[in-house]
Amino acid sequence: MTTRPDVHSGVIHDIGYRPYTGPRLGRRYATRSLYVQSLRAAFGLGRSGKSKVLPFLLLGGMAAPSLAMLAIALFTQQREMPLDYVDYLASFSVLPQIFLAAQAPVLMSRDLRHHVVPLYFSRPATRGDYVAAKFAAMFSALMIVLALPLLLLFTGAMLAKFPVGDNLLHLLYGLVSAVLYALLYSAIGLLIAAATPRRGFGVAAIMGVLMITRALASITYALNGGFDPMRADSASWVFLICPSTLVESLVNQLFGLGLDNSATLHAPGAAGAAVFLAVLLALTAGGYALTLRRYRNV
Amino acid sequence: MSTVIKTDGLTKRFSRVTALDRLTVEVESGVVGLVGANGAGKSTLIKILLGLSPATEGTGQVLGLDIATQGPAIRERVGYMPEHDCLPPDVSATEFVVHMARMSGLPAAAARERTADTLRHVGLYEERYRPMGGYSTGMKQRVKLAQALVHDPRLVLLDEPTNGLDPVGRDEMLALIRRVHADFGISVLVTTHLLGELERTCDHLVVIDGGKLLRSSSTASFTSATQLLAVEVTDHPVDRDFDADAALTARLTAAGLNVRADGSRVLLVEIAGDGTYDTVRDAVDDLGLGLIRLEQRRHRVAEIFSTRSDEDQDEHERGDGAGYDAYRAAAAGGEQA
Repeated sequence: MTTRPDVHSGVIHDIGYRPYTGPRLGRRYATRSLYVQSLRAAFGLGRSGKSKVLPFLLLGGMAAPSLAMLAIALFTQQREMPLDYVDYLASFSVLPQIFLAAQAPVLMSRDLRHHVVPLYFSRPATRGDYVAAKFAAMFSALMIVLALPLLLLFTGAMLAKFPVGDNLLHLLYGLVSAVLYALLYSAIGLLIAAATPRRGFGVAAIMGVLMITRALASITYALNGGFDPMRADSASWVFLICPSTLVESLVNQLFGLGLDNSATLHAPGAAGAAVFLAVLLALTAGGYALTLRRYRNV
Repeated sequence: MSTVIKTDGLTKRFSRVTALDRLTVEVESGVVGLVGANGAGKSTLIKILLGLSPATEGTGQVLGLDIATQGPAIRERVGYMPEHDCLPPDVSATEFVVHMARMSGLPAAAARERTADTLRHVGLYEERYRPMGGYSTGMKQRVKLAQALVHDPRLVLLDEPTNGLDPVGRDEMLALIRRVHADFGISVLVTTHLLGELERTCDHLVVIDGGKLLRSSSTASFTSATQLLAVEVTDHPVDRDFDADAALTARLTAAGLNVRADGSRVLLVEIAGDGTYDTVRDAVDDLGLGLIRLEQRRHRVAEIFSTRSDEDQDEHERGDGAGYDAYRAAAAGGEQA
């Protein structure tokens, strides 16, 4: 025996417990971390591969037509886009709706279902911070989905040398419209998603609310002579009940878009636009307040 | 020793029930057991201590911070392990604990480093990269403990940490809790409705029942009120019908000792003095029996509850054991401490 017991070729040191002496960044930082984590989760990042499929499919589905339109516009040497920025969002409005229905429960119901919420509340961030971070994350995610095709369209328009001023103005209209969609959708979607720990229920309920109100609005609009050649402005009041038509008709009226086109939805007159805007803001604020209330006793 | 938790007349009333009733208690650093039946108010107390739920009346301090006004500061320095499952199944332990560290205010790099350290300390190695849905209950409890410790709090509140664990897992968890204080220097408040495990782990016990404080004192004062000697003997080597236990009980009682049976075949003898050991040895030898076991045993904390429920009855039946009265006297003395 030549090896002495105290000779080792390698030793694993147990360095024991090391206390943390570094900075503690507090509540604002925690809220920001929750925002980033939630925004990533909305696109399935940091989660399983499977959960990335749907959000990116929807993002792609939202952006792809804009590329196709660009290609056609360039190829056929047109002087303007077949669809304006605001019209684009209205035409493809179902995709952001599906995104909302699928991903709002990812942000809210999962935390409820797996009882993670009490863990958050046992840390510096408050209930208000939690709802704010989640709302900001949902809003940002929707903005990415809504604004990406608009920015692609604008880039294409610049490449095709369409008039800059006009395009810039209409891009702005489109972005305002995107902000309004994102605000209202986030408030409604998160409120519904926060009501149930079951993701499936959340998805179905959000989709249901958006689809049924849309159908109701269309039917009532038609019954009130909305599609008649001499349509009465009063028929347009029904657009108030549906989130997507509310934003669409408000933006069109606000910016005077397609006023000569009977197929374009409009809020009834200037007073109507004011009411529509007030309702939109009230719904957003109300949804947010109710979501806050929901977490008061968790 | 510094005061970690202090409450003064803490009361929490819900519309129908009073969850906490004028609770006044002071707890020093160390491992403290919060004992009470289900619905005794343990979880309510934890919520109030975290500043999550306002007390109806009374005041309290955690780490010298006021629970009513300094909730965020408390929550930055305190870790909390909830009773229920709180782990999303599609996320790995590492990712989850890193996120929770950042939610406690740790910068990203520190959060990752502390997560690796903490998961190692609670005994989670390669499996920490797998989604938590596939973890055993024991592993899940470890992750829950890790997320409570990751930001190096000065106090952790552990709500039923041994729930759902098998005996081995339970012992490991208790050893871990002991280490949290002994090695990590973090004070621990641990709740349970199982008393046996607390007396091995805790320095101090707080017993609440129906929202009221029953007792708050050191574990030693609960358990050392009277010393007992557990005695176990063999059957008589020749005479099969000889009742060894009965004979020994008779002998020892005759010698002026208090003897009672504890389950099958174990006799508990109260230690009157050093001579007791000799008396037992000689009695066993005289009877020609073999001595299997002769060990000191302390009173179990569980006896507080069994004796309390007998209390009313006992008022009428004085003298059903001097030992019990002695124990109660000692317990009353302990309350002053």
